Amino acid sequence: MDLLVLLIPVFPLVAVLLNGLLGRRYSHDLAHRLAWGSVGLSFLCAVGVFVETLRTGVAREVVAYRWIFGGDLTINLAFLVDPLTCIMLLVVTGVGFLIHLYSVGYMHGEEGFTRFFTYMNLFMVSMLLLVMGNNYLVLFIGWEGVGLCSYLLIGYYYDKVSAAKAATKAFVVNRIGDAGFLLAIFLVFVNFKTLDYTQVFAQAGQLSTGMATAIALCLLVGAVGKSAQIPLYTWLPDAMEGPTPVSALIHAATMVTAGVYMIVRNHVLYDMAPVAMTTVAWVGGLTALFAATIGLVQTDIKRVLAYSTVSQLGYMFLACGIGAYTAAIFHLMTHAFFKALLFLSAGSVIHALSGEQDIMKMGGLKAKIPWTHALFLVGTLAIAGIFPFAGFWSKDEIMAHAFVHGQYVLYAMAAIGAFLTAFYMFRLTYLTFYGASRLDPHTAEHVHESPPIMIGPLAVLAVLSLLGGFAGVPPEAGWFHQFLHAVTAVGRGGEEHGVGFGLVATLMMVATAIALLGWGLAHYLYSVRTEKAAQWAARLPRVYATLLNKYHVDELYDALIVEPTKRLGLAWDWFDRTVIDGVVVGVGRMTHSGSALSTWIEKYVVYAALNVVGYANHQAARSWRKLQTGQVHHYVAILVAGFFILVHLILAWWGGASGIGIAAR
Amino acid sequence: MLEELTFGFPILSMLLFFPLVGGLILCLLDDDDLIKNAALAVAGLELVLAIVVLLRFIPDSAAMQFSEQLAWIPPLGISYHLALDGISVLFVGLTAFLTVLIVLYSWDTVRHQSKLYFAALLALETTIIGVFVSIDLILFFVFWELMLIPSYFLIKLWGGGAERQYAALKYVLYTLLGSVFMLVGIVLLDLNYHEWAVTHHIEPSYTFDFLQLLMIPIPPDRQILIFWLIFMGLAFKAPLFPFHTWLPDALMEGPIGMAVILAGIKLGTYGFIRFSLPLLPEASQDGGVVTVMMTLALIAIIYGAIVALIQPDFRRLLAFSSISHLGFVVVGLFALNFQGLQGSLLTMINLGFSTAGLFFLAGFLYTRRQSTHLSSFGGLAKKVPLLATFLLIIGMASIGLPGTNGFVGEFLILLGAFESYWLYGAIAVTGVIFGAAYFLWYYERAMLGPLAQGLSHAIADLNGRELVIAVSLSVMVFWIGLYPSPFLRIMNGSVQALVERLDRGSPVAGPGVHPPVLAHRAHQHVLGGRAQ
Repeated sequence: MDLLVLLIPVFPLVAVLLNGLLGRRYSHDLAHRLAWGSVGLSFLCAVGVFVETLRTGVAREVVAYRWIFGGDLTINLAFLVDPLTCIMLLVVTGVGFLIHLYSVGYMHGEEGFTRFFTYMNLFMVSMLLLVMGNNYLVLFIGWEGVGLCSYLLIGYYYDKVSAAKAATKAFVVNRIGDAGFLLAIFLVFVNFKTLDYTQVFAQAGQLSTGMATAIALCLLVGAVGKSAQIPLYTWLPDAMEGPTPVSALIHAATMVTAGVYMIVRNHVLYDMAPVAMTTVAWVGGLTALFAATIGLVQTDIKRVLAYSTVSQLGYMFLACGIGAYTAAIFHLMTHAFFKALLFLSAGSVIHALSGEQDIMKMGGLKAKIPWTHALFLVGTLAIAGIFPFAGFWSKDEIMAHAFVHGQYVLYAMAAIGAFLTAFYMFRLTYLTFYGASRLDPHTAEHVHESPPIMIGPLAVLAVLSLLGGFAGVPPEAGWFHQFLHAVTAVGRGGEEHGVGFGLVATLMMVATAIALLGWGLAHYLYSVRTEKAAQWAARLPRVYATLLNKYHVDELYDALIVEPTKRLGLAWDWFDRTVIDGVVVGVGRMTHSGSALSTWIEKYVVYAALNVVGYANHQAARSWRKLQTGQVHHYVAILVAGFFILVHLILAWWGGASGIGIAAR
Repeated sequence: MLEELTFGFPILSMLLFFPLVGGLILCLLDDDDLIKNAALAVAGLELVLAIVVLLRFIPDSAAMQFSEQLAWIPPLGISYHLALDGISVLFVGLTAFLTVLIVLYSWDTVRHQSKLYFAALLALETTIIGVFVSIDLILFFVFWELMLIPSYFLIKLWGGGAERQYAALKYVLYTLLGSVFMLVGIVLLDLNYHEWAVTHHIEPSYTFDFLQLLMIPIPPDRQILIFWLIFMGLAFKAPLFPFHTWLPDALMEGPIGMAVILAGIKLGTYGFIRFSLPLLPEASQDGGVVTVMMTLALIAIIYGAIVALIQPDFRRLLAFSSISHLGFVVVGLFALNFQGLQGSLLTMINLGFSTAGLFFLAGFLYTRRQSTHLSSFGGLAKKVPLLATFLLIIGMASIGLPGTNGFVGEFLILLGAFESYWLYGAIAVTGVIFGAAYFLWYYERAMLGPLAQGLSHAIADLNGRELVIAVSLSVMVFWIGLYPSPFLRIMNGSVQALVERLDRGSPVAGPGVHPPVLAHRAHQHVLGGRAQ
C-alpha cells in the first residue's frame, strides 16, 4: 500500500524525465505512449489506494524522505491518503488520463508535441503532490508547481504575443495569492511548531478566534489566486491562450479547484473562524454571479467556458463558506467531469473548424459533427443543472445548503447565477451547433469529425457527466457523503445540516425551473427569434459594452497597479542614478578637485606621520601616479590618512584605552 | 584531529595557494590552448580539493575543522590561522565550482591577453578562498583587500563596457573606503582584548584570532561602535542599500566572469554571519541595530525588485535583483534565530547558483548579440530553445520556485523573520511577488513572442561548454531544491552554536571568567566553547 502511494506521483515523474531529457531522440509515438501510459498507471495505483481506503477506512501517512530540517523544524516530503485525497486522486488521475489520451489526437502534428506532453506530465506530478501532501509545504510545492506548468502551457504557443502575455499574467497574479498562502504557512508554524496537517488540526482547538481567522484569511488569499475568484480571477480567461486540452485539464478540471481542496482540507481552521467563512461565502457568491454575467455576451467559445469555470468555482467557494464542504467537493468532482467534457468537445469543434473559436462564425454544425454535438449537449445539460445530469445534483445541493442555512441573499445570487449559466450555455450550444451556418466558405470545406482517440475519452466523460451525480444520491446521505464524512466531520460537533425531504424536493423543482427558464430564454433568442438578441443588445448599449469588456477590470488593474508600479520603478531608477549615485560621485569629485587639500593631507599627514616615504619617494609616487589614469594611488593615500584620523578620534573617545595607541606598538 | 581529517596534509593551505601558484605557472606558458587547458586543470584540481574537504567535513558539528596555525607577526598577535566550519565550508566549494565554470565560459569569450586573464582569475580565487578560510582577522582583512587587485584589473582590462575604467575604480574605491572603517573596527577588537589581557595578566596581550576574541567580554557600547565600523566594510562590499551604486556599474562594465564572482559570492553578508554576529552578540541584538538593519534590508528587497522591473538591460536588472536578494539574506540574518540564519546561509550559497547562473546566461546572450539589452532580443526562444530553457530554470530558482534551491533558502529566511518579527517577515513576503514579475516580464519580452526584426540570421544555440555550465548549475539548483539534506547538515551544527552564542551573549567580565588558555591551542576549536 505504501509503495502504491509513492508510485502515484513517480510514474509521471519518470515520464517527465524521459520525455524531457531524451524526447528529441525518439518518435512522437513513444513520447505520447509514455505520457498517457504513466498517467494511466497512476490512475490504477490511485484506484488501488482508493479501494484500500474504502475497505479499511483508515487514513494513511507515507514518508518519502526528510526534506527541510534544522532547529525545531522538520518538514518531510510525505503523503497523506484519506477519503478527501482519494476523491482528488481519482479525479486528477482519471480525468487527467482521459485528457492525455485526447491530446494525442488533438496535438497531432503540432510543433513541440513532446514538449507538450512533458509539461502535461509535470503538471500531473505537481497536482498529485498538491493533493497528496501531508503538510502545508508539500501542498505548496504542488501549488507553485502547477502554477509553473500552467505558465508553461498557457505560453505553449510562445511565439504568439498574447499567449506570452497571458502566461506571465497568470504566474504573477498567482504569485500574489501565493504570498498570502506563504503568510498562512508561517502563521501555522509560529502557532503549532509543525506544518503537518494531522498535528495542526489536532491542536487547532488552542488557537484564538483571531488567529484562526488570520490563518484562514491568508489561506483564502492563496485560494482566491489559484481558483480565480474575485479579485484575482483576471488571469483565467486569458489563460485560454493555451491549447484546449490544457484548458480542460488545468484551467477547468483540476488546478483551479486546488483552492477549494485547500479550504476543505483546512476546514477545521475555517470552522473556528466565522468571519473568514462569511468572506469565503461572499467571495464565492459574488464571483459566481459576476462571472456568469460576463459569460452572457462573450463570443469566443473557450472564453465563455472560462467565465463559466470562474462562476462554477464560485459555487464551490460559496459551499465552503456555508460549511457545506462535502457539497463543495461533490461539485468539484462533477464539474471536473462536465467541464472537461465541454472544453474537450469545444476543442473538437475548434479542431473541426481548423482553429476557429468565434461562435459568431459557427452555426449549424450539428449535422457535420454529430458526435461532438451530442457530447457537447450532454455537457451543457450537466452544467445547466438539468435532471438527472451530474451538475443537477451537486449544484442543487449547494443551493439547498445556502437556503437551509438561512443565507437567502446568497441563495438568490446562486439562483440567478444558475439561470444565467443555463442561458449562456444554451446560447453557446445554439450558436455553435444550430441555425444557419455562418462559417467562412474556406473553413466549411474542411469541417470534419474528430478521430476516435478524441471522441472516445469524450464519451467516457459524457457518461460520467450523466451518471456521476448519482454518487451523491440521495442528497446528504449518498455514498459520496458517507465516504467523505470521516474528513469533513473532524472537529465538528454534529452532522452537517440535515435537510428534510419535502424541502429538498421543493428546492430541486425550483432549481430545475430556473435552469429550464434559462434554456427557454436562450432557445427563444438564439433559435426562434434570432434577431432579438442583437436588438436587446442595441437597446442597452452601455450594459452590453460593459459586459463585453468584462467590466473593464483588466484596464482598471493596469491603471491602478501595473502602470503605477512601472512608473515607480522608473522614478526610483532615476533616483538611483542621480541622487544616490550622485552623492557618491559628488564625494568622489570633491576629493578629486579639492586636490590642494588632499595633496596637503597626502604630504603632511600621511607621509609625514608615517614617515615611511621620503620626499624622493613622494616625487616618485607622484610621477607614478600621473601614469595612472584613475589615480587609485591618490585615493588610497587619502584613505590611509582617513584611517589614522579615525583611529585617533575613536581612541580619544574611548578614553580609557588612550594609553594603548598605535605608538605603543 | 588535524591528521585524522587531512591525512596529515595541510589541505587548507593547499586549497588556498594552489590557484595562485597555478596562475603564476600559467604566466610561464605561451601557447594559447595550453594556457586555457592549464587554467582549467588548475581550477578543476582546486575543485577536487574542495570536494575532498567537503566530503571529509564532519556534518552536524560546530567544530572548526582542518585547522592550521602558524605564528605570523607574534608581537601583534597576528597569526596564520586557517580553519573551516559549517558556516564557511560551503563557500569554499562554491568558489571552486564557480571558478571552473568561469574558466569554461572564458574559453573563447576572452580573446586578448588570455594568459593574464586566467592568471588574474586564479589569483582572485586564492584571495576569495583566503577570505573564507581565515580565522585571524588581519589575515582575513589582507585577503579582503588583496581581492581588489585582480578584480580591478579584470574589470578594467577585460570589461566589455565603455565605462569599464570608471566602474573598476568605483568598485575599488568603494570597497577601500568601507575597509578603512572595518579595519578600525578590527583594531578596536584587538585593543579591547589587549586591555582585558593586561588587566588579567595574560601573555601575549594582543590577538586578532577570532576564536580568542570570542572568549573575552566586550562591553555593549563598544560592541555597537565596532559593529557599525565593521558594518561599513561589509555593507559596501555586499552591497547593501544605499551603498550599492558601484554594483550595477561593475556588473554592466566588467567581464561576465567578474560579474559571476561579484554577484555569486556573498562576501559582505558572509562577514556578518562569520564575525559580526558571534563577536558582537549584544550589539547584533540591540533594538536600534536590528531596526536599522531590517529597515535597510526591507528597502533593498522592495526597492531592488521595483527598480529591476523596468530595466531594459538584463545585467542591470540582475544587479538590482541581486540587491533585492541581499535584502532577503539580511532579513534572515537579523531574525537572529535558527531558521533565519540557516536560510540566510543557504541563500548566500544559492545565489551562487541562481544569480551567478543568470549572469552566465546573460553572458551566453552577450556572446550572441554583443549586448544584453532588450532591443537586441525578442522571440529568441525559437532560435535558441536550450538557452531559453536554462534561462527559465535558473530564473525560476532565482525567484524561489519550490523544487529549486531558491525556495528552500527563501522559505527558511521568511519563516525565521516571521517568527522573530512577523511584520518584517510579512513585508519581505511581498518581494516574492515582485521577483516573479521582473524576471518573467523580461523573459517574456526577450524570449517569447514573435522573432524580433534583425534576428532572422542564424543564431547558434548553446555549444558544448555552455551546456556543461548550464547543466552543472541546474543540477545544483534541483539538488538543493529537492534534497537539501547534505547541505543543511553541514551548516546545522555551526548555526546551532551561533544561535546559542547569541542567546548567551559575550562572556561576562569579572573575576569568575576564565582567561583563554593561550599556551595550549587546541587544533579543533569550538565556537563559543560548546563541545560536540
